[in-house]
Amino acid sequence: MAEDGRDELLGTDGDSEPLVAGRSLRHKGVEQGCSLLRRMEICVAEAEKRSGRNTVNMQEIFTVYLIETRSMEAVSEGHNSAPDSLWRRYSEFELLRSYLIVTYPHVVVAPLPEKRAEFVWHKLSADNMDPDFVERRRVGLENFLVRVASHSVLSNDKILYHFLTEEHGWREVVYETGFQAKAESRLRALSATFRVRNTDKRFMDMKHYSDELQSHTSQLLRARARVADRLYGVFKVHGNYGRVFSEWSAIEKEMGDGLQSAGHHMDAYAASIDDILEEEEHYADQLKEYLSYAEALRAVCRKHELTQFELEMASQDLISKKQQREELATGIVRTFSFKGMTNKLFGQEAPEQREARLKLLEELIAEGEDTVKEKTVECQEHVERAWVDMQRFEEQKDKDLREALINYAVMQISMCKKGIQVWSNAKECFIKM
Amino acid sequence: MSGQTVPVDYSGHMLDLDEDEDLEVFSKKAPVADGNPMPNSPSSMVNQFRLEEDEPQDVNAKDLFITVDNPESHITAIETFIMYRVLTKTTRSEFDSSEYEVHRRYQDFLWLRSRLEETHPTLIVHPLPEKFVMKGMVERFNDDFIHTRRKALHRFLNKISEHPILSYNQHFKVFLTAEELTSHRKQGPGFLSRMGETVRAVANTVRGLKSRPEEFAAMQEYVDDFSNKICTVDKVTQRIIKEEREYLDELKQYGPMYGQWAESEGNLAEPLKAVASCVERCGKETEEHAHHLSEVLVPTLHEYILCAETLKAVMRRRDHIQAEFEAKNEALASRKSEQEALQEEVDGLSDRMEGSNEALKGDWFRWKAGMRTDLKSAFVSSAEKNVDYYEKCLAVWESFLLSQRAESSDQQDGEDVS
Repeated sequence: MAEDGRDELLGTDGDSEPLVAGRSLRHKGVEQGCSLLRRMEICVAEAEKRSGRNTVNMQEIFTVYLIETRSMEAVSEGHNSAPDSLWRRYSEFELLRSYLIVTYPHVVVAPLPEKRAEFVWHKLSADNMDPDFVERRRVGLENFLVRVASHSVLSNDKILYHFLTEEHGWREVVYETGFQAKAESRLRALSATFRVRNTDKRFMDMKHYSDELQSHTSQLLRARARVADRLYGVFKVHGNYGRVFSEWSAIEKEMGDGLQSAGHHMDAYAASIDDILEEEEHYADQLKEYLSYAEALRAVCRKHELTQFELEMASQDLISKKQQREELATGIVRTFSFKGMTNKLFGQEAPEQREARLKLLEELIAEGEDTVKEKTVECQEHVERAWVDMQRFEEQKDKDLREALINYAVMQISMCKKGIQVWSNAKECFIKM
Repeated sequence: MSGQTVPVDYSGHMLDLDEDEDLEVFSKKAPVADGNPMPNSPSSMVNQFRLEEDEPQDVNAKDLFITVDNPESHITAIETFIMYRVLTKTTRSEFDSSEYEVHRRYQDFLWLRSRLEETHPTLIVHPLPEKFVMKGMVERFNDDFIHTRRKALHRFLNKISEHPILSYNQHFKVFLTAEELTSHRKQGPGFLSRMGETVRAVANTVRGLKSRPEEFAAMQEYVDDFSNKICTVDKVTQRIIKEEREYLDELKQYGPMYGQWAESEGNLAEPLKAVASCVERCGKETEEHAHHLSEVLVPTLHEYILCAETLKAVMRRRDHIQAEFEAKNEALASRKSEQEALQEEVDGLSDRMEGSNEALKGDWFRWKAGMRTDLKSAFVSSAEKNVDYYEKCLAVWESFLLSQRAESSDQQDGEDVS
């Protein structure tokens, strides 16, 4: 299912090579409207190693990724012009994502590919410099950009546009937005989770679902890695057949040729598992994406708890201030207050003081009412917008994961076909023994 | 297939073979059921039967059919042992009847084999399954052990029955026909004790073998190499089975996770459950595959490991016969008295040596041809099973794809599924 942007991309002009590399061409659910992706083509074309000094002035080697962009007009007009490009490193992607999460707390923001290789089956390198890992990360980064740029809300963000188009000074611009101040402390978020009273049931259900999604995908990834490990062992042992058949064929007359060629097929069989499992890593990556998405989903739910909690706090505060005013006005003390106690001990305060305090309270109450109005709107807006985005996410997730399962089946089929071929060949050799 | 004709210069072992072409062809006995629920063993048995039948036996149209089945536990005050039923059907005139049913225990097979070796020291007598299983704590009467042993005993008797010389051996006939074997077993000293004497005698006179004739030297070298190779192939096969079983264990954990995940999903539940089912079915195929290897390839390899040991023993015996002759021959040369008597002994030993060498040479070709057939068949069968395994798994995943394509109302572009 191709969204329109992609159709233009693919349908036009055979000359212009799609910049999107190979199999990363995935069809993301693109929102109607002016998403960035409809206006420009984005891809992460390459990765390179650089060295430089880090924040503590130590020499380090890191990888940078080449982001290429081309406006859709250039593509559709058949200009074979070189795309604009710039280099970014992983930490800059991380910064971009942090910014987006804070600035659009109602959006389930696409995750980045994993920072370190996890759920590794033993043969696969857990080394960040490993070329296969770098390649898969390149694909993941491109996927991230495509998802973000095709989101109806995120795609309009200036910082995102800047990230894609201006190499230098981007970090400063991001920091200037002051987004970091808006980021919630974990403590506040946690506190809200425990103390909030009236949350929207749909959000709580969604939060519970995000836990389930996380738990299931991580279990599955772990089990898959173990299965891969074992399968590797089975295939590789057949290499020993190759060797012994070859040695054995040397002492046989009639049987020699058959044994020798069968041995070659055994070697081929043993070697084939490397590609098969490397291919399967792409499936694992698709699962990992949704493992990370679970976290993003949970973050949106937590934001709801937070806004709701702040609203409740503000309302509570307003009520208590109103009560204080009432007490001051009527002189009847309902609540304990320090002032009340000192009044009892040292006698009532003077009327002027009371007046001043009343006046202050009135101001605070007026402020408090504004705050409650604000918080109500904030909470309400968040609920509305987040609910829409969570629906979008759910649809996207169903589609993507179903596609991933289909890809998995395709891989299994390919592996079976290879197996049939190798063993049919081996059988022919044995028959000639 | 040059190995199949009976070598004509088996001096002293010459036999008139039944050249009757109108032999009634017995229908093959149905694959023996031995109570094992596994579906594969009967078919593998049938394969073995079929191949033996297809082998052009030249003048030996198969006229002796033997099965070993029905293992039964016998408990006495002194011991517990297993009795096997041995059924024979034959048209041979040497047999009084055309059908026999007797019961034999492992010891009886041992007796038979030692008698055969003693009578024909340089013929290649098929090995018996081992007395004990070395590895692990396998009980003697564990079902798998009995199943494996019974199959091997069956193979043993059939191999003997196919042998142009051994199948006419008197002891063999007694084994197949006598109700009670114990009285026959008491006759004559065991070959093994005689063997011990010979070894000592040779050791006493030893200068080592003067020289082994070239063909036997080549044979020895081959036997040593073959023994190594076949042991390695066996080890590799066992390792594959082990790895497959461990793979299967992981699959059994992995598959259900898709099902568990499905419980918290809506639209995704159906494909997830379908994948869980696919993984489960592939797991079953893996299990069957590992089982097939154990039933077909492993026993055959194991048999030929034992054959290699038998060959080594045969070569040793041949060497001893030559050594005995050479020793006596030298004595003849150095002694002045008793020349006539010694000469007679030397002539006798010389004849024996030549006879033994010829017997071995003939049987060697026969054995090699049989080895080739047996191993080829086992490897072909294993390769076939592998193809079958992958074909079945392929079908499983293809049906999943079909179900998903039917499900999707949105049209998937052809390109997102290779």
